[in-house]
Amino acid sequence: MKNIVSQKVQEMQPSGIRAFFDLVLGMKDVISLGVGEPDFVTPWHIRESAIYSIEEGYTSYTSNKGLVKLRTYISHFLKKRYGLEYDAEEEVLVTVGVSEGLDLAMRAMLDPGDEILICRPSYVSYGPVAELAGGRPKFISLSQKDGFKLSPEVLKKNIGQHTKALLLNYPCNPTGVSYTKKELAAFNKILEKHGIWVISDEVYDELTYDFDHTPFSSLSGAKERTVYLNGFSKAYAMTGWRVGFACGPRDVIQAMTKIHQYTIMCVPIVSQMAACEALVGPHKPFEEMKREYHRRREFVVARLNEIGLSCHQPQGAFYAFPSIKRTGLSSGDFATRLLKEKKVALVPGTAFGPEGEGYVRISYATSFDMLKEAFERIEEFIKK
Amino acid sequence: MDVILELLSKDARITPQEISKLTRIKADEVKKRIKKYEKDGIILGYKAVINKEMIEDKETEVRALIEVKVAPQKDLGFDKVAERIYAFPEVASCYLLSGSYDLLLVVEGRDLKTVSRFVAEKLSPMEHVRGTVTHFLLKKYKEDSMILKSKEENKRLAISY
Repeated sequence: MKNIVSQKVQEMQPSGIRAFFDLVLGMKDVISLGVGEPDFVTPWHIRESAIYSIEEGYTSYTSNKGLVKLRTYISHFLKKRYGLEYDAEEEVLVTVGVSEGLDLAMRAMLDPGDEILICRPSYVSYGPVAELAGGRPKFISLSQKDGFKLSPEVLKKNIGQHTKALLLNYPCNPTGVSYTKKELAAFNKILEKHGIWVISDEVYDELTYDFDHTPFSSLSGAKERTVYLNGFSKAYAMTGWRVGFACGPRDVIQAMTKIHQYTIMCVPIVSQMAACEALVGPHKPFEEMKREYHRRREFVVARLNEIGLSCHQPQGAFYAFPSIKRTGLSSGDFATRLLKEKKVALVPGTAFGPEGEGYVRISYATSFDMLKEAFERIEEFIKK
Repeated sequence: MDVILELLSKDARITPQEISKLTRIKADEVKKRIKKYEKDGIILGYKAVINKEMIEDKETEVRALIEVKVAPQKDLGFDKVAERIYAFPEVASCYLLSGSYDLLLVVEGRDLKTVSRFVAEKLSPMEHVRGTVTHFLLKKYKEDSMILKSKEENKRLAISY
């Protein structure tokens, strides 16, 4: 009998740190700096509007692309926030988080043999999703020496005859790196010359601290070559609702919608109603969240330097990515021993690609009191 | 609001060193500014926020909100009367309001009798006081932006990408 699991899935690399995750989840009273989601609960006005929508009987399918109301709000929001022009009817698709948007974009764009450039360390799903879509991920290794930043020279060097697209993620999970408008414009010039597409995952855009976030598609001439991905998870503390959106030229949005209508049908209506409220309701809670993250970043970087773990300055998201090389431990051993000896959990850098060896990801989406305590413990651990 | 005041109002135990790390303002500068706030009477004190719903405190067992109608005095307005009222130790808070009455008091006492006696014997007979309405407080849900309920447990997974 044939194997029940397809060849393609058999060949997928399982996550190397599943065992470590299980270890963390099996332990009690752990201080976790390992969480990739906000420590805030979705603000009440959003939860309340979702409850109300259920009471009102909003329990049906919506149009495949998402509620017209939500797409219109997204379109207006992007116009107001960034000056982006996306037509709510043709150029916006509501997705199940950015995760689905990413999958759709890759499947809609990649033919077998097409290469997609992905910088590493990177979020865990980019490589596997590209492979599932039939494309070939080509990884660009970034290092601390360059502040984990892509440069125009390195980008140029990695473009080949099969390169179809570049995947950008800024601010970046796990490094917190982001790019200024000038830096992005330099990439855009090269990509334009070679006719290369961009899939831009900007889910952490609202959590940018040192300069204004620039959407890639806002750059001159870039909109026609960019699939812009964003969502409500990080900026509005709405991870569990699973709502994201993809914006791009109508051809590609149409293609993505084709896949989406067969595989997902539509995003749950209650989540879409909640997302509407997030966009039109009061923004004060989100500004407070951002201020809080900003302060914690200052604290985390200052403490890492005090302890002697070198760390580049993260410009966004809620992660720091310090080097633990001076301890002589591998990322996995460092994380496991810190967990067992001091009950502090963080994610070994190797979860984000081999380039992450010698680093760990620290999430500061944790209360200030917890952060203080965690750093006391890390300091004791390092001294030992 | 100055970031130092904002941080202190959230957690009075935060140290100048910690404030410095969160804001990049030098610790000495933080200390200097706090000293000045204390001197200017902007920071009046530091205390723990206690959920009185959960402890027994015989002296403040009964609380009442009391609306007070006052006849304002020439040149002095309400201030002089207010001062005479808020000086009583039974009065925990005192506000001047617009609307159908003038002063709103929060009065604390050992039992119903104590609070009633305060209203009947001290407050109502006072010169310029035209009338009072007493509301006894049954339960507190939220006070000064703090929800008086133990924190909900964290529902996040302890680790995720």
